[in-house]
Order: sequence, then C-alpha cells, then structure tokens
Amino acid sequence: MNLDFNEAQEMLRTSAKDFLSKECPKTKVREIEESESGHDADLWKKMADLGWLGLTLPEEYGGTGGDLMDLVLVLEEMGKNVLPGPFFSTVVDCSLAILQYGNDDQKKDLLPKIAEGNCIMSLAVLEPEGSYKSKGISMEAKAEGDNYVLNGTKLFALNANVADQLLVIARTGSAENGITAMIVDAKSSGIKIEVIPTTGFDKQCEVAFSNVSVPKKNVLGQADKGKEVLDYILERSAVMKSAEMLGGCEASVEMATSYAKERVQYGRPIGHFQVIQHYLVNMYMYTELIRNMVYQAGWMLSADVPCTTEVSVLKAFASDSFKYVSERGVQVHGGIGTTRDHDMGLYYRRAWAWDHLYGNAATHKDKIAELLGM
Amino acid sequence: MDFSFTPEQEALRKEFDDFFKAEMAKAPEGIGGGLEDMFDTEAGFEFHKYMAKTLAAKGWLVRAWPKEYGGQSAPIIEQLIFSDVAGYNMAPGIDVFGIGMIGPTLLAIGTEEQKKEHLIPISKGERFWCQLWSEPNSGSDLASLSTTAIKDGDDYVLNGQKTWTSGAHRADWGFGIFRSDPASKRSKGLTFMVLDMKSPGLTIRPLLSMGNTHIFNEEFFDNVRVPVKNRIGEEGGGWDVTRTTMNFERSNVGMASMGKRMIEELVQFCKETKLDGEPLANNPFVKHKIAQMYIEIEIARSLAYRIAFAQEKAGDNMFALIQTAGVMSSAKVWGTEMLQRVAYNGLEIFGMYGPVRKGSKYAPLLGAFESLYQFCPGANIFAGSSEVQRNTIAWMTLGMPRSWDEVFKAQRA
Repeated sequence: MNLDFNEAQEMLRTSAKDFLSKECPKTKVREIEESESGHDADLWKKMADLGWLGLTLPEEYGGTGGDLMDLVLVLEEMGKNVLPGPFFSTVVDCSLAILQYGNDDQKKDLLPKIAEGNCIMSLAVLEPEGSYKSKGISMEAKAEGDNYVLNGTKLFALNANVADQLLVIARTGSAENGITAMIVDAKSSGIKIEVIPTTGFDKQCEVAFSNVSVPKKNVLGQADKGKEVLDYILERSAVMKSAEMLGGCEASVEMATSYAKERVQYGRPIGHFQVIQHYLVNMYMYTELIRNMVYQAGWMLSADVPCTTEVSVLKAFASDSFKYVSERGVQVHGGIGTTRDHDMGLYYRRAWAWDHLYGNAATHKDKIAELLGM
Repeated sequence: MDFSFTPEQEALRKEFDDFFKAEMAKAPEGIGGGLEDMFDTEAGFEFHKYMAKTLAAKGWLVRAWPKEYGGQSAPIIEQLIFSDVAGYNMAPGIDVFGIGMIGPTLLAIGTEEQKKEHLIPISKGERFWCQLWSEPNSGSDLASLSTTAIKDGDDYVLNGQKTWTSGAHRADWGFGIFRSDPASKRSKGLTFMVLDMKSPGLTIRPLLSMGNTHIFNEEFFDNVRVPVKNRIGEEGGGWDVTRTTMNFERSNVGMASMGKRMIEELVQFCKETKLDGEPLANNPFVKHKIAQMYIEIEIARSLAYRIAFAQEKAGDNMFALIQTAGVMSSAKVWGTEMLQRVAYNGLEIFGMYGPVRKGSKYAPLLGAFESLYQFCPGANIFAGSSEVQRNTIAWMTLGMPRSWDEVFKAQRA
C-alpha cells in the first residue's frame, strides 16, 4: 500500500494549478459560461499544447501516455477551478472509449486530432426519458446497406454545440441490450443542435437527428454490443466527475474557511463562533471522505481491478456531499455568497449540474442494492 | 498510488480470519466485540478473557508491542488488517485500556520495575484494565478534574469520585489522573497513577445504561492509599503522561468492518423475510436504506486506509502525526455517527420486530441492531464527543480561533 502520488504526478498537479489560476481566473470562468459557445478556443489550444487533451493517450496517437490517476489529478484541479468547456466530454466521455474500443482506423483518425485540439467531442446517450440504462435508449439506428440511418432526439449532450464529432449510443436491436455505439460527424446533414439552459450554464444540448446517415464502419466496438462501451464510459466518467466534485469541495472549504477568518461581526471574525466552525468541519470532513474514495476508485480503474461497486459508492456519495459542501459554503458567506459576482455560487450551481451526470445518488443506490443481490 | 496489499499481507488476513471465524463459533449466543458484550454479563466477560488468552497463545494479543514484551512490533498496516478482521468477526479479546493505552504509556515512560510488573501480565491476557479519567464535573473539560492524590509518606492518598469507567467492575487494575496539588488549576498539578481496583476504600458502583446494561461505573475514593511506586512519570506531570502514546493504529477501521458485517446479515435477513407477501429485499425503501449504509461504511473504510498509511509513513515523527489529527478526528466522528444511522435504519427496516431485545426468539439478528440503538448515543460522546472532535478539527486543521481561549484566560486571571 502506498497512497502517495509520485513526484511526476505532484509536478503535474502543481502545473495544473498554476495554469488554471493564470489562464482561467474566475472572471474568465464567468465569461465562458455566459458566452453562447461555452468554449474558449484559445484556452483549448493552450491545453492541447500542455498535452492535457492527450494525457492518457499513448504517444503513437499524439498523447503523453499518462494513466488514469494523472487524469484524476488534473480533473480535481479543474474542479477546484470550475473550468468550463468541452474537456470532460471530449477527453473523459469519448477519448477513453475510442482508445479502448476503436479499431486502428478510428484510433489513427480521431485520437491525434483530439490530442492536438482539433476535434471536440460530445457523448450523446440520454434521451427524453433521461436514463443511462439500455432500456432508456430507444432512438433507432436503422441498418440500410452500408449505413445506419438515425432518427430521433438525444438530450443533455454536453458541449454538443461546439462538437466536431458525436459519440452516439443508439438502438439497433430489439433485445434490451440491443444498442450500438457509433461515431457521428456533428456536421452531418439532418443534425440540429440546440443548447438547453441549465443551472450549471454547462451547455447541455438537444441533438435532433432527422434521417442522418452514418457509415457502418463508424461503429465503435461491435454492433449490438454498445452496452459494454456505455458501461465502460459511465464507470470512468462517474469517477472522473467525482474527482471534479472533490476539487469543487476543496475550493468551497478553502473559500469558506478564509472568509470565516476575515469576516468580522459582533467585533470578532465569525470563525470564532462554534456553529460556523462546525459547519466548516463538516464541509472539511465530507471533502476528505470523498478524496479517499476518489483516489481508491481511480486507482482501481487504472490498475484494472473490478470496481463497479466502489464506483457507485463514490458517485452517490460525491453527488450528495458536493451539494452539501457547496450549500454550506454559501451559508457561511452569508448574502454575498448568493451573488453573481461571488465565486461561491459557481460551485453551488455546479453541484446540482453534476449531481445527475452518470447517475445521481438514487440511481447508484439502486445499483448497489442490485450488486448486493437485492 | 497503490491501494493493494502484498501477498504476505493477504495471507496474514486469511490467517487472522480463519482464526477468528473458528473461535467466534464458540462465542455465547449474541456475544460479540462491543463494550456491552464484554462487560455486561459474566458469560460475555469470560469469553472476552478466553479470547485474550487464546490470542496471547497465538502471539497476537500485543502484536504492536516490541518483542521483549511479548509483541512483534507489527507494522501499522498489519495492525490495520488485524483490526479489520477482528471488527468484521465482531471478536472481543483486545483490552483497549491495557493493550492500547497503559501498556504503550509504560513502554514509553514507565520504570523498568513498572514495565516488569504490568506488561507481562497484559501480554499474557491475565490482567485487565480500566481508565479513571472522567469525573462528575469534568467530562469534555477533563483538565478541570478535582479528585485528589495527596502524598503521605510512601503512599498517595486518593479522595473524590471518578465516573463513566467502562468495565471498572471487571478490571483488575485502573489508571487515572488525580490532582496532587490541591492549589493547582487545570492541567498543572496533576499526577498519573495506576492502582489495584481491589484497594481498600475504593467503592465501585454500577452506572447502568438506559437499557439496564452494565458497562459503565462510578468509583468513590475514600482515603485510598496507593504506593508512590505506582506513580507514572513525575508528580505534577500527569497531563503530559496522558498524551504519551505510541504509534498505534488509530484508523477506526473496526467500525467500518463491524458495520459491513451487520449490513451483510441485514441483506440476508431482507432476502429471507417477507412483508405483505413480498421479500423485504424487493422494497425500494429498504434497498435505498441499505445501499446508503453500505456507501457510508465503504467511505469510512477508505478513510481508515488513508489514516493507517499516514501513520505508517509518519512513524514516530510527532509533527507528521499531528498533520493527520484532522482526518483521525473525522474518522471518529464519521464512524460513530455512521453506526448510529446503521442502527436506526436497521430498526426501521425490522418494523415491529425492531425493538425486540436479544434473548427473545423474536429478536431479528440476535438483537444486534437493538443493542446498537441503545449504545450508539454514547459512542458519539465518549473518547472525545463529536463536538469536541469538531472543535479539534476546526482549531488544529482549519486554523480557526479557539473559542474557549477566552474562558481559559478568565479562569487563569
């Protein structure tokens, strides 16, 4: 057992911290989330130059060959900084699955572009029902010759509005798990994308497909075996989203703690009052509890140790805890914490936005109960 | 980063587990490793003693201690594994007061004579201890204690009252702090003593818990004479002695393991038990309750690993150990508050059977959840209440002002 990060990882953390605070201060965060695209091309280019977009990709595909713990670290720092934009949808939701399930052509074509910053991706899996389960996927991809023809609506596809390629999970068979993952050019004719206004200002999109033709060679993995791909994605994305939530919790604790030391009422800093101290301690405690589970699940993924239960434990706990921690953060700040100009609200809103992604607490509790044989 | 155990550690885990499984098959019905199990009934205490002797015979009772006193200087991670397995098997046998507290204190600052007199009997599982700290007017604020130990020739003479003493009615020996300088205030003028619990003038009375179980006691000291050779450390230096500790595993992993065992049994119960014709395990309310408990327990386990690793890394470096104080306090708060929720949720799932106590054929899972329901509020209070732990974290880890500093100032003035 060795629960420390290695030296290279500590350096990566430091450089991520430095880069994000310099290149994406909170004024910039607000600017990006208020912009129509929710994406800053200049920042994207810089992240590509740093090697972040290919962090976990092998060198032959233009990556830097890091492992999933490196990604955990970077996402923790991104969460601290509430970095907006298509990093998560591109790198976590899509590039990991392409590396795992893509054939040589797909990997050679897409991965270097992703690493260079020339291909933004979005995962289009959810539908109006809002379920991540196979049962919830009914949008049909009908086989016609060498193509599939897609008709229907995908919802809550993150950053699809700026995506070059979509990773679509669609129904190809009548069996419950008769779904298929495929890469779809976002500029294909018949695709219409609209941003849905959300709490997190995080550019979740409606993607409408009307007779969209997709070559069969674009299938990721095997036809009708899309559940395997989807499970792979959801497991990794749930852990990485939790890493972002951990960062969000850390920042909330830091902000509220400094504020309690500075804000004077009744002639003393409000940190003197035990009720404030105990709120802060609870926030700290939940943060530390998430931290260990994030690192544990992250390590299990990177070491290829089966961890379906641990992932559900983590995501359920992180979802609930980040909501609690960010809400208490606002409370400690008092009125100022509720304003647009204050940073605390950025975290409070993200907590809710991220809660449902890749399964909320209730969904994961269902799964845990199932894994316990109930 | 690597969360895995070595093959040797995994083998050790199996060895511990095989042992505890076989031994716990001999436990009286409903007797586990909790304070109530060990101290309430004669049969429970006899089994606690039996387990201590059996563990001693295996060489496992004081594994963390140095070799010359019967131990194996077991590394922290091995201690973690031991506590994990013992907790999961709900095994008694480890006298936390003797093995975890007075033993290490004597190892650190006891005289050769004191070590010889006490460490060997502890390591053989032959001498059991209790801790004489709290007083009726000195709970969380221990430094305000007033029971006196006044030197008189070759003895100290003790007068006053101690309370909340777990297992005093079963213990052979006790250790505690007393005010040796009646004019002193707070942590000055306190002296650390060990004494025979059969000493003349010492009266032990039960302090029964709400469920009529006998775990705690109060002790009345009426001119109890304790030889000067039983003083540990210097006269007036008792407060510092209480802070002496060796690097014992303090991860609280046992709470997570015990919780896990209880949940596993609860799941089995819910599969086998029907309500309105449907197994409880099919009920969404039940499923979510159990999943939530499972989540909290696994989260506690993950934190325990981190604490053990931090301790192992820190070794005897006090500064590094203090860095872990925040997570250690968090583990105590989280662990006891979590077990409380485990108890409540279990009882809720049992419905009408929830309140049935052990001993009845109607008690679900031998009444373990009912016992825990009555015990768990105490767990949030003893060994540093949840509030005191939170104060500690606020002060030591988050750098908040100590709100009681002003009170101290006023008292000193």
